[in-house]
Amino acid sequence: MKQMERETSQKAWDDFKGGQWQSEIDIRDFIQQNYHQYNGDESFLEGPTEDTRILNDELTKLKLKERAAGGVLDADTKVVSTITSHGPGYLDKQREKIVGLQTDKPMKKALMPFGGIRMAADALKSYGFEIDPETTHIFTDITKSHNQGVFDAYTPEVRRARHYKIVTGLPDAYGRGRLVGDFPRIALYGIDRLVQAKLNDLDNYGDQEMTDEVIQMREEISEQIRALNQIKEMAASYGFDISKPATNAKEAVQWLYFGYLAAIKQQNGAAMSIGRIDTFIDIFVERDLKRGLLTEKEAQELVDQFTMKLRMVSFIRTPEYNSLFSGNPIWATLSLAGMGMDGEHHVTKTAYRFLNTLSNMGAAPEPNITLLWSQKLPETFKRYAASVSVESSTIQYENDDLMLKQWGTDYYAIACCVSAQPVADGIQYFGARANLAKTVLYAINGGKDEIGEAQVGPAYAPITSEYIDYDEFMQKFDAMLDWLADVYVNALNTIHYMHDKYYYESAQLALKDTRLDRTFATGISGLSVAADSISAIKYGHVKAIRDENGIAVDFKTDKDFPKYGNNDERADEIAVWLVKSLFTKMNKHHLYRGSKLSTSVLTITSNVVYGKNTGTTPDGRKKGEPFAPGANPAYGAEQNGALASLLSVAKIPYKYATDGISNTFAVTPTTLGHDPKLQEDTLVNMINGYMKNNGHHLNINVFKRDTLLDAQKHPEKYPTLTIRVSGYCVYFADLTKEQQDDVISRTFHETM
Amino acid sequence: MTKSPLRERKVPKRDGQILGFVHSTESFGAVDGPGIRFVAFMQGCNMRCQFCHNPDTWKKNVGTEMTTDELLEKALPFRQFWGDKGGITLSGGEILLQIEFAIELFTKCKKLGINTCLDTCGQPFTRRQPWFGKFQRLMEVTDILLVDIKHINSDEHRKLTGYRNENILDLCQYLSDTKKPVWIRHVLIPERTDFDNYLSELGDYIKTLKNVKKVEVLPYHTMGVHKYHEMGIKYKLEGIEPPSSERVANAEKLLHVDDYQGYLD
Repeated sequence: MKQMERETSQKAWDDFKGGQWQSEIDIRDFIQQNYHQYNGDESFLEGPTEDTRILNDELTKLKLKERAAGGVLDADTKVVSTITSHGPGYLDKQREKIVGLQTDKPMKKALMPFGGIRMAADALKSYGFEIDPETTHIFTDITKSHNQGVFDAYTPEVRRARHYKIVTGLPDAYGRGRLVGDFPRIALYGIDRLVQAKLNDLDNYGDQEMTDEVIQMREEISEQIRALNQIKEMAASYGFDISKPATNAKEAVQWLYFGYLAAIKQQNGAAMSIGRIDTFIDIFVERDLKRGLLTEKEAQELVDQFTMKLRMVSFIRTPEYNSLFSGNPIWATLSLAGMGMDGEHHVTKTAYRFLNTLSNMGAAPEPNITLLWSQKLPETFKRYAASVSVESSTIQYENDDLMLKQWGTDYYAIACCVSAQPVADGIQYFGARANLAKTVLYAINGGKDEIGEAQVGPAYAPITSEYIDYDEFMQKFDAMLDWLADVYVNALNTIHYMHDKYYYESAQLALKDTRLDRTFATGISGLSVAADSISAIKYGHVKAIRDENGIAVDFKTDKDFPKYGNNDERADEIAVWLVKSLFTKMNKHHLYRGSKLSTSVLTITSNVVYGKNTGTTPDGRKKGEPFAPGANPAYGAEQNGALASLLSVAKIPYKYATDGISNTFAVTPTTLGHDPKLQEDTLVNMINGYMKNNGHHLNINVFKRDTLLDAQKHPEKYPTLTIRVSGYCVYFADLTKEQQDDVISRTFHETM
Repeated sequence: MTKSPLRERKVPKRDGQILGFVHSTESFGAVDGPGIRFVAFMQGCNMRCQFCHNPDTWKKNVGTEMTTDELLEKALPFRQFWGDKGGITLSGGEILLQIEFAIELFTKCKKLGINTCLDTCGQPFTRRQPWFGKFQRLMEVTDILLVDIKHINSDEHRKLTGYRNENILDLCQYLSDTKKPVWIRHVLIPERTDFDNYLSELGDYIKTLKNVKKVEVLPYHTMGVHKYHEMGIKYKLEGIEPPSSERVANAEKLLHVDDYQGYLD
């Protein structure tokens, strides 16, 4: 038996260069030994095949139909989604080269109540469906969901902080997501080998003493093994035996997609990323090309159709969720290119092929294409990526040089919108974000919410003087920040405990090492508002205007004050201080399962909702006005042009915000240059410059404000106009009116 | 010798450095010379072009006073965005009215290996001394010029800008003779410059120059009109709309824009 197994593996591995990957589960080593650098240009790329074109038209039609129907065409109301809950589903079986759907029909939403039964029921209800009473009964009276567990344990203080939205978007009613499975493992090793390895880990976990930790871990490994076998069963329902390694490129893509499919059948995580698979797939494609088994056209077809599957993933969400993360993103983030630890680039033809999907099938929000940018990537590739950006505005760029250094491995991927994660042995506990702008107001108002006027934070003495004294404010702010750190970390510890207990990600974690490095993610919203407000208090002589209850509801500044976003050290250092300070305070705490703290300055589209729930701030922002997205400077704050704003953002230290510092940049094409070649040049130099200054992340949108105004008025003319918002892409038509206005009013970089 | 370019102007100084009058700066100039550039818009211009979208830069000796070091200090943080082509552009207003400042700044730039670009309409140009000597010194430290030819016909030029164009064409000739790289720019204005005969004439003229790396047609736009209203100046092109894309394409053809690809090198 053992002998036969080895022979099958060997046949599947013929023509690969051997290495440690043969005796250990080690995708990175396999890639290092076998990948093919590509230094040429895009001229080899092929257009879509007839089948791809027909499938893509079919899918586009379905998506438009779904949008016209208000967001959902069909949904399960009874069958609870698990890895094996549904029989096979197809878009058009005869034409699909890569198969597998979340349910048994395209666009039919799965029922995923493990995160929260009420959330699942509400989501269905908001689209006109009724959840089956039996399912509700099971999840409320017989067992319970993650959400119930969390609320059983939350303290009144956490509930208040949540209710008044000083912490928001917490994953306490849906999947936390953000785990990138090492999906290529299925393709390279087959399920049976992976089960063997996990059994071996189970045998060796713990030293007989059954501590809480050992018990939990042994149960989890067993869950992982169960998941692996279910993945095999699910693949078999599509007619594939994935117990053994993939023998060609088509199988390799299909096998790894089954791993991903299992993850999205089990979890409705806030982000369900596909990882960094371009070099891996390329190795199989190159082997098939050499063997004459595949043409370039067919290779592109595989990549196109796999990408099409990623474009089809969706979850049913409540309107509240959509107002935070609009356009129903799932962050099937796909990380491309980047460098190896040895200083060699990982640009392969398949990185080009993935970018080419945008021209073969048109722009689309998913997968969330992320280019891992290094100064050392080949110029031809940089230019090609820039040309795709100008054309489609669908790429985000992240600083590979910075992340490689920080995470110490070249086998990391982007796990959400912008957060890096080692693929083999890293996981992240997603933690939404805390509202720093509101914290400024709490410091002034003695812990009372400026909108709800309830005592939410501790009842410290408020500032009562007419003009706000900087020193007095800072003392109070520091204390309030301590409280915020406490309540925020407490909430997250509760959430992750319950998530492991009630909604464990066995499919994704089965495809990672058993021993994990865990990251405890937190996040900041309203950074620019808080920084500018503090700058106003320090330099602008701020007068507080209070209502009859003594709550400061408006502010007047007597003098000009420096604002974050102008490369002005006086304001920028406040932003830097805020990030370091909150991080340091949170880092004093016990963090779940020995995880390591990280924070982020990214808001997705939630900057609109956070702003809506925050009163007037000392920087001049009025009550309800949106915050700037992510780490962007405030609207209209910048006086020295686009690059000055980039330099300010680049000062936020990645060391403290390893979860990501998101910057969204919108520019009109003519500002970049008067012809395509110059526009590419400008983008390449701009990204290079930003990354050289240690900037972490950059969304690039190239379009005219007029186009957006027109698209708002005539959505039918722009059904697939895709734009980048903080850390992801979205169809412009899928944004709420408020969010569209927000995007349109955002600083456009335009020359006179 | 009463006219300004020849009279020895007293050059303002601070800390032993020449002071410039700066209207504003822009960190992200991608259409103001090769690559990404830091652009300083200098104060002061003699011409009164009817279509000028920056009338707020006309007045001399106002704005922010900066030494050449101060301006450099403001520009240098952006150096990593400049790549191997970008650098600093001095624009206006009319930069040649502060020629001493330009010489000092660009001399420092060249010491630091920074690419220098001068954006001028050429109005102050003369071959008379001592101005011409200064100009020659400036050219030693200038890598490339953006030269606006407002109108090829001198009478029309005068109507449009208040000045004739002979010395401006002489500047072009001088730059051609000394092989200094230039981009020629021409603003296309319906009812003013958008006439086939003038465009052809300008196209033929540019053909005689040996140093042209790029020719750009800049379609007239009305984005600066509000400034006239704010400043209480009568706007003489009221009612004239930007040219159609067909007319822009026509002008590009008559100016042989596609023949000048040197800027891509």
